[in-house]
Amino acid sequence: MSEDKKINEFLYFALRNKKLRIGLFIVLFFLILTFIGPMLAQNDPFDYVNPGGAEPPSSEYLFGTTFFGQDVFAQFVYGLRATFLVGLLGGGIGTLIGVLIGFTAGYRGGIVDELLNMLTNIILVIPVLAVLLIIAAYLEVRTILIECMIIGLTAWPWTARAIRAQTFSLRTREFVDLARLSGMKSSKVIFTEIAPNMMSYLVMAFILQFGGAILNAATLDFIGLGPTNAISLGLMMQVAVLWGALQLGSWWWFVPPGLAITAIVGALYVMNVGLDEVFNPKLREM
Amino acid sequence: MSLQVEHLTVYYQTLRGDVQALEDATFTIEDGEIMGLAGESGCGKTTLGHSLIRLVPPMRYVRGKVKIDSEELPIWGMEEMNPFRFKKISIIPQYAMNAMNPTRKIGKMTEELLESRKVSFSDTLPELKRRLDMVELTHDVMNMYPIELSGGMKQRMVMVLSTLMDPTLLIADEITSALDVSTQKAVAEMLVEFRNRECCNSVMLITHDLSILYQIADTIMVMYAGQLSEKAATHTMIHSPRHPYTKLLISSLPKVGVKYAEKRLKGIPGSPPLLLDPPIGCRFRERCPVAFDKCLDVPPFLEIEKDHLVACWKEFERDA
Amino acid sequence: MRRYFSRKLLIYILTFFLAVTIDWLIPRFMPGDPVQNMLSRAMLRADAAEVMYGYYTKAFGLDVPIGQQYLNFWNALFHGDLGTSVYMFPTPVTKVLLRAVPYDIFLLIPSILLSWYAGNKFGAYAARSKWLDNTVSPLGYVLTATPYMWLGILLAWFFGIVLGKFPIAGAYSFNLVPHLSWMFIWDVLKHWFLPFASLFLVGFGGQAIGMRNMIIYELEADYSHYLEALGAPRSLVRKYAFRNAVLPQITGLALSLGVIVAGALVTEVVFSYPGIGYLLLAAIQNQDYFLIQGCFLFIIIGVLFANFVIDIVYLLIDPRTRTGMMGETA
Repeated sequence: MSEDKKINEFLYFALRNKKLRIGLFIVLFFLILTFIGPMLAQNDPFDYVNPGGAEPPSSEYLFGTTFFGQDVFAQFVYGLRATFLVGLLGGGIGTLIGVLIGFTAGYRGGIVDELLNMLTNIILVIPVLAVLLIIAAYLEVRTILIECMIIGLTAWPWTARAIRAQTFSLRTREFVDLARLSGMKSSKVIFTEIAPNMMSYLVMAFILQFGGAILNAATLDFIGLGPTNAISLGLMMQVAVLWGALQLGSWWWFVPPGLAITAIVGALYVMNVGLDEVFNPKLREM
Repeated sequence: MSLQVEHLTVYYQTLRGDVQALEDATFTIEDGEIMGLAGESGCGKTTLGHSLIRLVPPMRYVRGKVKIDSEELPIWGMEEMNPFRFKKISIIPQYAMNAMNPTRKIGKMTEELLESRKVSFSDTLPELKRRLDMVELTHDVMNMYPIELSGGMKQRMVMVLSTLMDPTLLIADEITSALDVSTQKAVAEMLVEFRNRECCNSVMLITHDLSILYQIADTIMVMYAGQLSEKAATHTMIHSPRHPYTKLLISSLPKVGVKYAEKRLKGIPGSPPLLLDPPIGCRFRERCPVAFDKCLDVPPFLEIEKDHLVACWKEFERDA
Repeated sequence: MRRYFSRKLLIYILTFFLAVTIDWLIPRFMPGDPVQNMLSRAMLRADAAEVMYGYYTKAFGLDVPIGQQYLNFWNALFHGDLGTSVYMFPTPVTKVLLRAVPYDIFLLIPSILLSWYAGNKFGAYAARSKWLDNTVSPLGYVLTATPYMWLGILLAWFFGIVLGKFPIAGAYSFNLVPHLSWMFIWDVLKHWFLPFASLFLVGFGGQAIGMRNMIIYELEADYSHYLEALGAPRSLVRKYAFRNAVLPQITGLALSLGVIVAGALVTEVVFSYPGIGYLLLAAIQNQDYFLIQGCFLFIIIGVLFANFVIDIVYLLIDPRTRTGMMGETA
């Protein structure tokens, strides 16, 4: 089958998959909100605009105001932006490292595989959060970029494991042997023969890393190790709890950020299941 | 007559429509007959075999009748088939290596399976042991997990299990393809032994390996693109095939020892048609060297000599 | 099986080794002078500052060679010496942590075990019926995507504030002194319930989905098809599929321990529940570095220990490993 035809076929099944459509719709909705949200927001997220303090949603303040009189909607849309950034970068770094290590281990085999596999298993046992927090605790100034880095650097083992197993099974297939026998260089074999056949795995691994990075960032932010002088959904929840939003009943302060995270991550998971059905010919053909 | 199939048609449901994998198959298997079912991969031979015992989605029953010992088989009903499975019709699956539950001891699994079919395990045990002896397995296997058995041992164990109720028809699906050459021969001979000792009445042996059929099959039936092409006694089939496809299939094999038919037929231009939207009439028409306008109609599967059935207009004409 | 076991053990030892090394390394290789940093940032009482300065210089031991520093760190560790807490000066970190650990165990063990059990049960039901699948699966996806702290916040707000049925802070009421009475036990259980429920629900979602997918996979396995082909009733096929699906769910639990522990940390923060998570927040806010390091080590040790227990359980219930064992000793 030619590449074009493959892509057409993929789109054909992708557009007919309900799970994929629902997931994609939710993610796109929030993604668009990050772009147009700041335009809709009347206020700067840090400005103390409402002298009345915490007030429920009104026509003036769409999502109400915080204890300090800040505009929750403004904080929400800027926080959403941080969430997507963390997912994209943190998840991207995690996927990249995982893929490199998994590829190398699965493709080389032997002692290289033994060592990398050992390393993967070790990092897999250590709770990611524990490492994150010990690093974060010692950094005086933390930016979102640094948060992405440390999340990506600790979240790769899952991906590495999956990619390794997949590479293992691929490299023993006929077409790879053929390429190797015909004297192709290792790197060329990987990029021309193996990688295209693993595209589906890469996409799904990235989606899972994306969701995982968002949840990890929310956790870090919530225990006070998020970016300093920035806004994120996790930080919103932290400040809300710290300043008694619960006791004051300011639900509009802590419901939107958590709801958005749940919706985005849930949509990503559902999308992943949908993609699995699309990519896996067993589930659709003959 | 042990098996009678009439106009059996089974499709595969896909998102893009029905794949017409088995079209209007009519044939019989006699008592004691070992019938080889051959053809390229994707020709519908596996569909035929599986639809007789476990017709599940995406397979879809379209029409046709199947009788076993003159009793109609409800192959269209997953639950309705249960009383017939194992006892009247059984299968040695292609995946025999993984056919047994990996976390159950083989004896325990057998017991649970038998009891679930309301057959007493203790009553069956002596016969089971005799059959283990027959295939040269120690009785210890009953206390082992499948993982402790070698590939050949698993294959033989599954053979014993599948035939334990002396089924009228045993479907053997590619039972030799996972084995090395020497084991292949032994397993094939065991199958004949099973038939001779009446552990099963008749056998449908699905394979792409014509050499095995040549060795043990009484008759061979060839399929092409979901249609039956030809059925005849093994010797007739090898030495004087009538259907143009069978002729090409046989002649494309190396002369010394009949070998694999799995490889694309080099001598015939083109490839088998896609069964999502198969050509009308004879499906071999487009690749057939002797096709003519009559081939736009589906040729019936007719007996042109005694016990020699062919579906080809040209052959009918020649005989007429 | 012995090989499998020694391999696992080696991984645990290496993991512990690596964790301790990270714990030692990070303060030393972060930008700036850690002692200076800490002392300038931590608001210490005068007497604490003096003692702390002594402790820190000794612990970081910038005057001894780096290798010696590392050995000293291990040495202190084996003597159970993790330094002194700033936040709870002058209590040793080990003591502070040991006081918190029972609360973590009390919270984590029931929520992990129950969510695993219930999740697997419902996941198996979901794989069985279309109707349940359409309700349990979406719910599972939502729950497993929910950030732990948010679920905690919602529960605290709804059951604690709106309905006023449950307390939302601490492990027991402030006006009570711990003692053995039904009233006190009831009070402790009430404080325990909401944090437990948040952990349980998120875990339940993940387990239910995992089990559902695993069973469907097992029902499509060759051995299931073979049983069906031999006319085995549905109940037997399902029974086998369930048993075999449980095994990977056990390994899956081990792998998700890190996430569960992280969830427990933030849940404790939401409910001011005095376990390690709550302690950690206090340590971070008070720049109590010894306490942070101690929390890190305790978490690692806990997770490693739990992994080890799960490994043993797995060995006991997967017959394949057991026969392997017999084969080798025989």
